Amino acid sequence: MTATVPAPGAREGTGRRAFDKKAVVPWLFLAPGLLLALVFKFWPMAKGIWLSFFDVRPFLGDKWTGLENYSRVLTDHRFQDAIGHTLILGIGQSVGAILLGFALALLLEGQARSLKFLRTAVFLPAVTATAVVGELWRLMYYPTSDGLLNSGLHFFGVGTVQFLDNPGIALYSTMVMGIWIWAPYNMVIFLAGLAGVDRSLYEAAAMDGVSLWQRLRFVTLPAIRPALMIVLTLATIRGLRVFTEVYVLTGGGPAGSTDVWMTRAYTLGFSRNDIGGASAASVVLLCVTLLLTVLVNHLRKRGEAR
Amino acid sequence: MSAPVIDPVRPAAPDTPAGRTSKAQRTTPARFDTALGWNDRPGLAWALRILLCLIALAVFAAPFLTIFSGAFTTNPSGSSLSFLPHDSTLLNFRVAGERGIWDYLGNSLVIAGGGLLLQLVVCTLAAYALARHRFRGQALIMMLFMMTLMLPEEVIAIPLSLVLGDVPVVHLDLKGTVWGVILPLGAWGFSVMMLTEFMRDIPAEIEEAARLDGVGELRMLWQIILPLCRPALGVAGVLGFIMIWDQYLLPLIASKDPTDYTVTVALSILRTDPEVGSGVVLAGAVIALIPSLIVYLLLQRSLVTGIAAGATKG
Repeated sequence: MTATVPAPGAREGTGRRAFDKKAVVPWLFLAPGLLLALVFKFWPMAKGIWLSFFDVRPFLGDKWTGLENYSRVLTDHRFQDAIGHTLILGIGQSVGAILLGFALALLLEGQARSLKFLRTAVFLPAVTATAVVGELWRLMYYPTSDGLLNSGLHFFGVGTVQFLDNPGIALYSTMVMGIWIWAPYNMVIFLAGLAGVDRSLYEAAAMDGVSLWQRLRFVTLPAIRPALMIVLTLATIRGLRVFTEVYVLTGGGPAGSTDVWMTRAYTLGFSRNDIGGASAASVVLLCVTLLLTVLVNHLRKRGEAR
Repeated sequence: MSAPVIDPVRPAAPDTPAGRTSKAQRTTPARFDTALGWNDRPGLAWALRILLCLIALAVFAAPFLTIFSGAFTTNPSGSSLSFLPHDSTLLNFRVAGERGIWDYLGNSLVIAGGGLLLQLVVCTLAAYALARHRFRGQALIMMLFMMTLMLPEEVIAIPLSLVLGDVPVVHLDLKGTVWGVILPLGAWGFSVMMLTEFMRDIPAEIEEAARLDGVGELRMLWQIILPLCRPALGVAGVLGFIMIWDQYLLPLIASKDPTDYTVTVALSILRTDPEVGSGVVLAGAVIALIPSLIVYLLLQRSLVTGIAAGATKG
């Protein structure tokens, strides 16, 4: 922080007025940002919390119903299913993307030109709009025997798989796409972590005659711990509020088998016009996200203190 | 929180210009350059690495070739969807054009251009105040901007769509206009925080010297601070563009009817249109892909730096 801002009222005579002017300046610079954040972030949040206690009726006026929306959402079996799907998808996707991202980082670490080219190419999924990725995977998952992935499976003697139409498989198909999107993103963070590892440690480890596994476990892994924590935090929060991936790939179907918390809330709010219920669902998600963020930050701080 | 701008691409060791010096001249052997100790001499591990690299390329990059080949194939379905086009044709693009894909692209470009401009201006102004001034409530304001990151469109979608239909106090209906998408993107906590940290690292002497010359606040920002922030602005710009281009729910709830959609949202219209085949959808996907591809390939250094550094703040 800059500690050298001239003391208020440097010129004695006009001290009082100069001080006022000085105090106003930063707020003028902050005004546009604060205004936009207030109107389009915090006001909707407050409104969402407010509406979650009402039965919202467009022309009849809203009716206070207390916690009724919450109890309705939390006891709705489709929302309960959605919790399970969100957890399976979030955890599976995060773990998969972290492991694969780490593997990619280990594979593509280095200075050679060819490796830079490879990193550029592999990172493509992370910069592509999710909607485009969704269309791409819909076609890769084409459910006939001549679909791209299915013809590949045929080569290995596996029958045709209905990737997105089979309720038992669709969630895992979504998960694979999520891993595909986020593994390259994690790779970049891991590569940054790996670049910071002291090379002389590797040399010292070699002199001590440790195996490759031991070197990874006791030299590399502790050094990239911060990167790992970042990736984990991001993945947790991302996993909870997953929406676009599911919406563009399956839309929650078939038979609600890929419905996650946010797609459920979206359907409730926009298709069934149950604004109160959808708001309650959003508030629940917000609370869980806040709680998890605080928890992860706490763990992170404790980890750093050690 | 210091600014850990880490370039994941470690600067080449001075003793290995382009890696072509003979092995004997290196002070540290190549196997100490990477965590897995990859060797750059041909051998079993070397062959294995090439094989794995090819697999990674096939998994993560090759699918993009199918988008392109499918978009240029008359009627790709199933088996005809392959890595290379059979019969090149622009028919898909013409059909997609008839379905208004260029209008959707126009919407997207206006939103991306306007949204990015607004975002950069708003976030730069806020960052300047936070980094170069001291005032009461500074920590609180910083926390407010950080909190915007925890309120993504998904979480506030339903009330936000109500707010967009009737903005408080001024009672404007932003739905169906590009402003409905652009304005909510203006205050992006990520850019504010990244730019703030970058601006804090600018030495105070530079600012003091300018103040003695009687430079005012706006000129200070525009002529002294901003030119020094160019790398950070590059990062904010490219990450902001990718973020805006990826928006899905926001254009969806800010639209009044489907003609207001952005090109990424409009892909679902093409997909559910029974009269057009998957080739047309892929043509649309290509059109939606190309702007982000161009930005990525031109500015990937900034992007990668930004993700590696900015990821610390989520």
